[in-house]
Amino acid sequence: MPRTSTARARPRSAPAARRRGIRPRPASPAVLRNSLERLRRLSEASGVSGDEGAVRQIVLEAIDGHADEVRVDALGNVLARARTGSRRGVRVMLAAHMDEVGLMVIGVTTEGMLKFDRVGGVDERTLVAKPVLVGHARVPGVIGGAPPHLIDWEDEPSPYKIPALAIDIGARTKEEALERVHPGDAAVFATRFERLGNVLRGKALDDRVGVATLIELVLDPPPGIELLAAFTTQEEVGLRGAAVAAHALDPQAAIVLDCTPANDLPLWDGSENTTYNTRLGFGPAIYVGDRGTLPNPRLIEHLARTAEAAGLPYQYRQPGGGSTDAAAIHLARKGIPSISLSVPGRYLHTPLSMIFFDDWRASVSLVRAALARLRLDDIR
Amino acid sequence: MDRKELLALAKDLFSAAGISGHEQPARDVVRPTWEPLVDEIEVSRLGSLHGLRHGRGPAPRPRVLLAAHMDAVGLMVKQVVGSFLRVSDIGGVDARLLPGQPVVVHGRRDLPAVVAHPPLQLLPPERPAKSAPRTHEMWVDMGLSAAEVGRWVRVGDVISFAQPPFELGETRITGRGLDDRVGILAITVCLHELQHVAHRWEVAAVATVNEEMTYGGAYTSAFSLRPELAVAVDATHATGLPGLPEFKAFPMGGGPTIGIGSDIHPGLLRTFEAAAKAAEIPYLLEVMPGHSGTDARAMQVTQDGVPTMVVSIPVRYMHSPVEVVDLSDIERTGRLMAAVIAALDDDYMQRLVWE
Repeated sequence: MPRTSTARARPRSAPAARRRGIRPRPASPAVLRNSLERLRRLSEASGVSGDEGAVRQIVLEAIDGHADEVRVDALGNVLARARTGSRRGVRVMLAAHMDEVGLMVIGVTTEGMLKFDRVGGVDERTLVAKPVLVGHARVPGVIGGAPPHLIDWEDEPSPYKIPALAIDIGARTKEEALERVHPGDAAVFATRFERLGNVLRGKALDDRVGVATLIELVLDPPPGIELLAAFTTQEEVGLRGAAVAAHALDPQAAIVLDCTPANDLPLWDGSENTTYNTRLGFGPAIYVGDRGTLPNPRLIEHLARTAEAAGLPYQYRQPGGGSTDAAAIHLARKGIPSISLSVPGRYLHTPLSMIFFDDWRASVSLVRAALARLRLDDIR
Repeated sequence: MDRKELLALAKDLFSAAGISGHEQPARDVVRPTWEPLVDEIEVSRLGSLHGLRHGRGPAPRPRVLLAAHMDAVGLMVKQVVGSFLRVSDIGGVDARLLPGQPVVVHGRRDLPAVVAHPPLQLLPPERPAKSAPRTHEMWVDMGLSAAEVGRWVRVGDVISFAQPPFELGETRITGRGLDDRVGILAITVCLHELQHVAHRWEVAAVATVNEEMTYGGAYTSAFSLRPELAVAVDATHATGLPGLPEFKAFPMGGGPTIGIGSDIHPGLLRTFEAAAKAAEIPYLLEVMPGHSGTDARAMQVTQDGVPTMVVSIPVRYMHSPVEVVDLSDIERTGRLMAAVIAALDDDYMQRLVWE
């Protein structure tokens, strides 16, 4: 089987890339197929913060036999050292969080409806009229709203808030509901992963796309560095897994692979949208500063130069709110030079997020190329 | 018709889009289902499906019309703005359930999409931060380039909820379009029951169109079929969600509701109550003070007037993609109508008089 398909475009600045020996190596069709299938499984798995077991299982199975020192730590992080052959390179931690935002059952009403609260920043506007899966048994349910016929439209109805909502699992009584679910069970949106040409749609692409990228890197690590992989837990509730993972791995630099909002919708009046954060189709987003991290400037430079040399698209994430595992990692021990690189995604923290396949693949190529040419001098 | 067959048909019906004015996908499911159960089948000029079952009485036989609407609520493309669509609703959809909703845009081809409510900073600054999302604020996003959207989509294309049906618990099912495919299912149960009944009257099973917007199917089918009696089988509201107004919602699994009010002929109401009691089918009375909001309103005033009845099946979260019904309520509604039809004799209309 050929390593590259003829349909795949050559990188734009191929000569420069060849000169530096960093021409991105496109994944073979078989690798791509496996990666997409893995992303589908990761996206559809239930992994609300603190209950990442199903995702962890997929990660452990995928890297089994391909990494040294695989371990699950006290917080449920999966930590592993990729087999790069070389131990002399820079010790780089790569982190992607396994957890997703979701819901948790807090009690069952006498009619058998499940009251819930949220775990992490689920977009409250998007809860009504969606299907969910409850608990490890993935009991199907729906979150219903009042029929428009019974709403007084004279007074503008208020937005739906969680206390007014409940999950309906079709139970006729409280007892019947308690046979299938329990308070403390986590619930996720029941969204199927789909690929439609360049569009990938699914739940929890924040940050299963980062997890998928990191698995690929562990299976086929770039040469010349010591790759320390951290599949982290509880990012969405306060970057908890990353903090202890960074302490344990003690890296010389860290790159966080995440998924960041693309608010690239048109404005109501047709004027230019200048607060898009990132835009789909413009390549992976390099962080220049968010609420939690001021990334290492030399790493910003390193990623951007690598992208340019390799002919890969990239964009800068607009500085502003939000944060990633880097906020915890860069403060670990005596300080760790860190940066985040995100695949832009629309509608994160809602039932259906959307990313572009090309943005994702460019992010894989960019991380691989950046790691391959990373020297200690680049970060000191 | 056993529970398994009913469930399979329910899934087929709820999977069909069939937005008001674009009912063909629903009709394509109903037609082959009814064909073996009736003597004649035809499609009206507006697209309603008429299935006729001949009775055993002497011709010309009186005719009872059973109507359930096969159209469902949805959205329609109002404006194409680059890669994105502005929409309006068809038939009454609460804007608050649109954000994050997977939908299918029925353009030159079917395009999966999602409804997005922009973050606050992308909405007009004078908009109160705490007010509920409005339909005119939404964008429908297919993830396609402006050029592709321009090629496949145009103003007036309908959009359906993408939610596939699935079972909920032991006896319930959820999905979109249950209002009023549950009525179609109940009529189907009734037609199956009638296979074993030597009914005197002629039975017209009608799957109407346009109910959610204009009642166009009910007006025109009642006109052309000239029934002596007409029954609208529709969805009503089920209890379960806190805060619903009292006496406007009915428990699930407790059987159908039987309407009482100006749309309903009191003599016909007595017939339904008597048949329910004789067949030991549980039911509740649903008070409909004015407009029942069903096809009955239209059928009542066609030709020289038709005595009408409204029988309803409790459905939770109506006009949403996750409406819920208890299958036992559909079965009981179908059996009740069959019991009424079995009781209609040659002199029934002579006895149906105003006091």
